[in-house]
Amino acid sequence: MIPTPVQQADQIFVTLQHRLVSYLPAAFQSVADVILSVIAIVLVFALLFAVTTVLERKGLGRIQNRYGPNRVGPAGFFQPLADGVKSLTKEDLVPRTADQMVHFMAPVLLVLAAFLAYAVLPVGRNMVLANLNAGILFFFAVGTLVELAVFMAGWSSRNKYSLLGAMRAIAQMISYEVPLVLASIVVIMAAGSLSTVSIVDMQTGYSGIWPHWFLFTPWGIAGFILFMIAATAESNRSPFDLPEGESEIIAGYYIEYSGFKFALFFLGEYLGMFATSGLAITLFLGGWAAPFSFLTWIPSYLWFFAKLLLLIVIFIWIRGTLPRLRMDQLMSFAWQFMLPMTLINVFVAGVWHFMPAGVIRWGVCALVLVVPAFLLSRGLKQGKKFAARTYRFAE
Amino acid sequence: MFGEGILKGLAETARNFLGSYVSKNRLTTVQYPEERLPQIEAYRNFPFLVYDGDDWQQGLRCVSCFICEKECPPKCIIIEKSTDKKPDAVGKPQFYPKVFNIDVSVCMSCQICVEVCPFDAIKMDTDYELSTTNRFSALLWDKHRLAKSNEHYHKIHPTEAAAVDAALATERAKVAAKAKAAAEAKPAAAPATNPNGASTTAADKPVPTASEK
Repeated sequence: MIPTPVQQADQIFVTLQHRLVSYLPAAFQSVADVILSVIAIVLVFALLFAVTTVLERKGLGRIQNRYGPNRVGPAGFFQPLADGVKSLTKEDLVPRTADQMVHFMAPVLLVLAAFLAYAVLPVGRNMVLANLNAGILFFFAVGTLVELAVFMAGWSSRNKYSLLGAMRAIAQMISYEVPLVLASIVVIMAAGSLSTVSIVDMQTGYSGIWPHWFLFTPWGIAGFILFMIAATAESNRSPFDLPEGESEIIAGYYIEYSGFKFALFFLGEYLGMFATSGLAITLFLGGWAAPFSFLTWIPSYLWFFAKLLLLIVIFIWIRGTLPRLRMDQLMSFAWQFMLPMTLINVFVAGVWHFMPAGVIRWGVCALVLVVPAFLLSRGLKQGKKFAARTYRFAE
Repeated sequence: MFGEGILKGLAETARNFLGSYVSKNRLTTVQYPEERLPQIEAYRNFPFLVYDGDDWQQGLRCVSCFICEKECPPKCIIIEKSTDKKPDAVGKPQFYPKVFNIDVSVCMSCQICVEVCPFDAIKMDTDYELSTTNRFSALLWDKHRLAKSNEHYHKIHPTEAAAVDAALATERAKVAAKAKAAAEAKPAAAPATNPNGASTTAADKPVPTASEK
């Protein structure tokens, strides 16, 4: 069968990779295949990181009625290049009392862990590095490495602020890992598979022009929102950026890092954000599938990156809007709202599976989700009245 | 309602984001090297030495009285008096500074030197683009670097400069009248000094009656 031009455009990178690999002797082909994919992932997502830093700074600037970077290159888009040169030429300070080895390993491990997660993300049709049958499990397992790297950084710096920052970061990341995993369980229940590729494949069908994304179910919407909230906290972004907390603990766990190691922390954080956004796309937004049946002629990888950029824009928008939470608010939100809501969502997904399809199923499931959400948010607010603070000893 | 505040906030930031592309006056940033705000008249930065006329050496108003050097709180002014004399701004023969240095890396722009100067010789400048590649010699400003014309003073602080000019004019008139009276009293003595003092040197024409010291 001869592929149509649309299919050719869709599979251009896959065929290119096969073409390149086929020049090598058979013994090296599988290794070269993987190496090519790894190079592609590293290049593309590092580039995306560079673009995102500019977009974020310009977006935040505009939100605050400023210009943002507009000097380096056309409209300031070469700013990351200048930043990269700056961080490379900066002096790399290491505290004398620091644990030198661990201090060096922490940013490397962070970036490594962030990149490992991309192995199971299908960025296009047939475009996944490793089609593991426990892909989501692998993703979350690798995601926990980030916590290890964060604590290594905080501990090895021998600085009370970095240790405090690391402890806060660990507390936050572990607390939000629970709702993150529970929010994605609903999709695993519906798909009956842990493989990211088969989860996307299940969402590629269309009813009329409408896609079969898991987002378009009550538990899908709730799961997506809960997943995104947990992902924001997991990637230490505003309003959950307490581990960094410039105004309280200066820069948290990476206070003792400078130069390129600091840039690596930055990179790792953004890569983690892209990875969790990518997983959200895979689980709820149909992965690389087009949003309408008449748009399937656009190559699948473009759809994946369009969705990723959309989620990045939402992240930036949220960051420009919400102030930082307090530590106790953060924790009570995780355990008193997120955890019960995700558990209810798992229950709803089960109800959805066993009820006959129709409007009633929609209504019942939506009701079971909305009422507890409302009550829980009321409960969080209970007994918290805003009033002028009195300071007993300061006045 | 549940989450209403967050939605309101998101709408507000979206309005700011889109509005900044639509209306220019939302953006308060001045794109500095290309556009600049007009300077207010009271702005001051570092001191400079005023000179009258075209020759910065002859027209220098400073008479090397050391008041500013003594009053300078961070001690950033270094003056060396000349051995000879030249006519000052009002026409009296005076010493002049052989060396007048200000270390601007030390200067704190307090304007005390300007306030204590009885000769209106030192004033505050408004130049702020002063970066140099050398942090020692390039920041020790000598007499030549400090000397700026009265026209420059008029340009940066017009009201103040006009008042100073008026005061100097009455002073000059007084000195001229005195010299005239002296010349009339002693017609055989040396001719009166030129009130403007720009073209003649005082060194070869000692007039002890006009000097203050």
